[in-house]
Amino acid sequence: MADGPVAEVLLRQLATADGGLDSAELAAKLGVEHQAVVGAVKSLQALGEIIEAELRSTKRWELTAEGEEIAREGSHEARVFRSIPPEGLAQSELMRLPSGKVGFSKAMSNKWIRVDKSAADGPRVFRVVDSVEDEVQRRLQLVQGGQAEKLGEKERSELRKRKLLTEVTLKTYWVSKGSAFSTSISKQETELSPEMISSGSWRDRPFKPYNFLAHGVLPDSGHLHPLLKVRTQFRQIFLEMGFTEMPTDNFIESSFWNFDALFQPQQHPARDQHDTFFLRDPAEALQLPMDYVHRVKRTHSQGGYGSQGYKYNWKLEEARKNLLRTHTTSASARALYRLAQKKPFTPAKYFSIDRVFRNETLDATHLAEFHQIEGVVADHGLTLGHLMGVLREFFTKLGITQLRFKPAYNPYTEPSMEVFSYHQGQGGTWSWEGEGCLRLPTLSPGPFHCQAHSQAHCQTQHHPHDLPCPSPSSTGLRKWVEVGNSGIFRPEMLLPMGLPENVSVIAWGLSLERPTMIKYGINNIRELVGHKVNLQMVYDSPLCRLDAEPGPPRTQGTA
Amino acid sequence: MFHGWIGSWLYLADEEFDELCFEFGLELDEITSEKEIISKEQGNEKAEGASDVVLYKIDVPANRYDLLCLEGLVRGLQVFKERIKAPVYKRVTPNGEIQKLIITEETARIRPYAVAAVLRNIKFTKDRYDSFIELQEKLHQNICRKRALVAIGTHDLDTLSGPFTYTAKRPSDIKFKPLNKTKEYTACELMNIYKTDNHLKHYLHIIENKPLFPVIYDSNGVVLSMPPIINGNHSKITVNTRNVFIECTGTDFTKAKIVLDVIVTMFSEYCENPFMVEAAEVVFPNGKSYIFPELAYRKEIVRADLINKKVGIRETPENIAKLLTRMHLKSEVIGDGNQIEIEIPPTRADVIHACDIVEDAAIAYGYNNIQMALPKTYTIANQFPLNKLTELLRYDMAAAGFTEALTFALCSQEDIADKLGLDISATKAVHISNPKTAEFQVARTTLLPGLLKTIAANRKMPLPLKLFEISDIVVKDSSRDVGARNYRHLCAVYYNKNPGFEIIHGLLDRIMQLLNVPPGEKKGGYVIKASEGAAFFPGRCAEILARGQSIGKLGVLHPDVITKFELTMPCSSLEINIEPFL
Repeated sequence: MADGPVAEVLLRQLATADGGLDSAELAAKLGVEHQAVVGAVKSLQALGEIIEAELRSTKRWELTAEGEEIAREGSHEARVFRSIPPEGLAQSELMRLPSGKVGFSKAMSNKWIRVDKSAADGPRVFRVVDSVEDEVQRRLQLVQGGQAEKLGEKERSELRKRKLLTEVTLKTYWVSKGSAFSTSISKQETELSPEMISSGSWRDRPFKPYNFLAHGVLPDSGHLHPLLKVRTQFRQIFLEMGFTEMPTDNFIESSFWNFDALFQPQQHPARDQHDTFFLRDPAEALQLPMDYVHRVKRTHSQGGYGSQGYKYNWKLEEARKNLLRTHTTSASARALYRLAQKKPFTPAKYFSIDRVFRNETLDATHLAEFHQIEGVVADHGLTLGHLMGVLREFFTKLGITQLRFKPAYNPYTEPSMEVFSYHQGQGGTWSWEGEGCLRLPTLSPGPFHCQAHSQAHCQTQHHPHDLPCPSPSSTGLRKWVEVGNSGIFRPEMLLPMGLPENVSVIAWGLSLERPTMIKYGINNIRELVGHKVNLQMVYDSPLCRLDAEPGPPRTQGTA
Repeated sequence: MFHGWIGSWLYLADEEFDELCFEFGLELDEITSEKEIISKEQGNEKAEGASDVVLYKIDVPANRYDLLCLEGLVRGLQVFKERIKAPVYKRVTPNGEIQKLIITEETARIRPYAVAAVLRNIKFTKDRYDSFIELQEKLHQNICRKRALVAIGTHDLDTLSGPFTYTAKRPSDIKFKPLNKTKEYTACELMNIYKTDNHLKHYLHIIENKPLFPVIYDSNGVVLSMPPIINGNHSKITVNTRNVFIECTGTDFTKAKIVLDVIVTMFSEYCENPFMVEAAEVVFPNGKSYIFPELAYRKEIVRADLINKKVGIRETPENIAKLLTRMHLKSEVIGDGNQIEIEIPPTRADVIHACDIVEDAAIAYGYNNIQMALPKTYTIANQFPLNKLTELLRYDMAAAGFTEALTFALCSQEDIADKLGLDISATKAVHISNPKTAEFQVARTTLLPGLLKTIAANRKMPLPLKLFEISDIVVKDSSRDVGARNYRHLCAVYYNKNPGFEIIHGLLDRIMQLLNVPPGEKKGGYVIKASEGAAFFPGRCAEILARGQSIGKLGVLHPDVITKFELTMPCSSLEINIEPFL
């Protein structure tokens, strides 16, 4: 509270002071504790700009309790000297005096006294000199009088060693007039209240200023998961482009729809136990569209529809095997089959974003499940140029504008093309910074089962999508990086479904996780997906604006 | 991995070669050396003294067996760059007696097919020999499906004497000196020895436990090979071998023929008469006799306008024929001037449909030279209703103060059963037959374990924790074609120092408000009724009935459940199926 008498006195003094005044001096002048003045300064400061106070610290020498005693009564050695009468004093008696022990040895070394050990009734102490100068007392009295500076450094430290002097730091305020200086003070209001509004008293009251450097209080709120925020944006992009969402709510799929319908042969390595989760229960699909199954069987084993086929013994029991779908292309196959049953044919644009499952070796960028994004267009006379045109529009909406297309192999598209984007580094919308050794298969899982590649690989130990490790740099990778996979579905897949011969179906795919990891600067997929994510990361994640400039890249430790 | 400067063979700088690879559909991963690889993997010291001959790491498309070896890759790129013309591969009948391989009927049940050919007067060097061995290994790894479909044996013909017999015998009756061993072993012994062989142990399962093992003998009873495991040491080929007998045995006749064609087309280059392959005769158990290698050239006729239409270009038939010729598909314009006759060589087994020819034309034209266009396809977009509802609910769940989790659809049996006080048989869960770890035993039947695990991983976060997830669970359902189906569930948990049942209950009320379902038992309304659940604290569980059906439960979790998920605070939860509200 500022209405204490000290505060008022301080303000009155300050009104007439030249420039300002020192809190310690004022305390001495008023004869009050320094602490009382400090309290007044602090309460006045809290009122805003009435005063300005600058903290100053000064060092000062003070006497200890023992030092004060000596200043008053003399040093121990002087007191010993004075207590000895001319005829001397028995040493045992001297030692019983309060200053005896300390004073005796000091007075001895000063050669003020002597001991006669041959005296009849024990050792006896006699004066050596007639009078002594009590230098210690004199020095302490100087310090007491505020004249410590008159003592030499050596003298002060000697006294300090004897625990007679101590150096103290004194914090004082240099107080001067503030911009709103006034000798009459009133309490500032912290907040506007309903009463002030109704009474109008706010007009006359001073308000305490806000500290705008402080952080606000975050609202209590729920949060959406960052990966699913990106999913929402991808859905939005497809919807903006006129694509209809396919049903994908069936994680369990038969090998037939997952592979055979896509003209993926039964010995294909993707159908290996090492790559795909098969089911023990229910182990087999109960129903398959048998007419269509026979057309698929014939195409695989004998060819047809202009194809040589794979010429092998196609087995129904292999097609019946249930699995966790390895791509959402199985859902696309079902959607295209349904489309083929509608006569006459109507063009269609489809998309889906949902989970797929791989029995893969897990690492920083690979999980057993991830989300696949897939787009499909079915119409008469679609060309490779159309596929590239649609891809250009799609990636432009993601903020990726520089594209290049590379021939590739996928079992169920022909022609096939991988989509590459030039990574410009900083300034580009997609910050690929600091990705380290990210492997790409999760980027473009499909619609194309990338496991196929690893088998025919020249270098068997080497994963097909391993990229040379780009070293993070402020300039970015400055190279072409794969961002998706695409192609035109093979006639051997489409014609057995019953689609007209002149209908082409173009398709492309990419993973949801990879672009999200890039968007949010996450290096380990476990920091993004699954139960081990740090909820703080979810709380802190920004809006997903795929085509907007990125913020500063996040550092690894913050997740 | 290719040795030597491929780029310089083609007179190209590295950047140009990189560019050429991209255009051709190859991926130049890295230009490196043995030394560099070792130093990267094991440190500089270990790399001391290793070769610094340049190595190219190139990814080849999975269906292009003709590009798997340096010979084929360089040949393919030379033809593409029009530096050379594609060679013509020819099968020739020898002047003397033709090599004969007779298949006996015992092979029928284990490995019924065999094909063979001879490379006559071949000249190996160290590099050529290494490449020959490496190609066989690469073929074994991919098209041969780790030797299960096809296994290749190559032999020094001069050490053998035909005719050869491909038969199957009891393992104890097969005895020979296998490759790189100094003494003879029976097949039984070999199977034991190779169990610890890092390379061969992967192939044993193909014939293990079969009563008869496949084996090939020459006329003197010398064992050529015991496919698909090991060759005999007697006929081992070396750099000095001049005449190579190649046999491929397998369970897939088509693939065996392709593999043989690939080997002979690639390496007949080094024969005295380049690209000439000496025929061998194979006699099948039914007495029918075939001559191999097939080296078949197939002709296809494709209209130029079809290629133009599929790619989206406008090239003359002549130009398209030229483009295809560069892709190793010798083509010429015939008939009405719009038809192109394409010759598919034995190296291009991947070309099985006109669409494969269309792709090659597009690659030779250059993908990046194709004019982009937008399809005229006019469509009205629709959302999948279940996803539309999910999206709407997600936003309002977050608006209600709950934070969205994203948990795995696969989990352990323990997560969905034991930890929730249930028996696994009561869950109707689908089971995975080949999980690598317990984390992938089943598909989840409830979202609750994922949310509880999320809390367990975030115990240091300030309380309360309020989480939700709207996602799919899977249960068996015999009315579905695959015998299982997904359900879209909404799950929410409240974790704090007090159970907060009223908060989860309030959330349910809010959800019902959002779904426009009024409280009350009357038609179309919702109520909660005291119930029991293994996962819930007795007396603190209620069933949720809405629109005349049970849609889920809410309640305070049982302390055992809380403990089993490594949590310490009271917790209440709610889980409903949202599909009735579509």
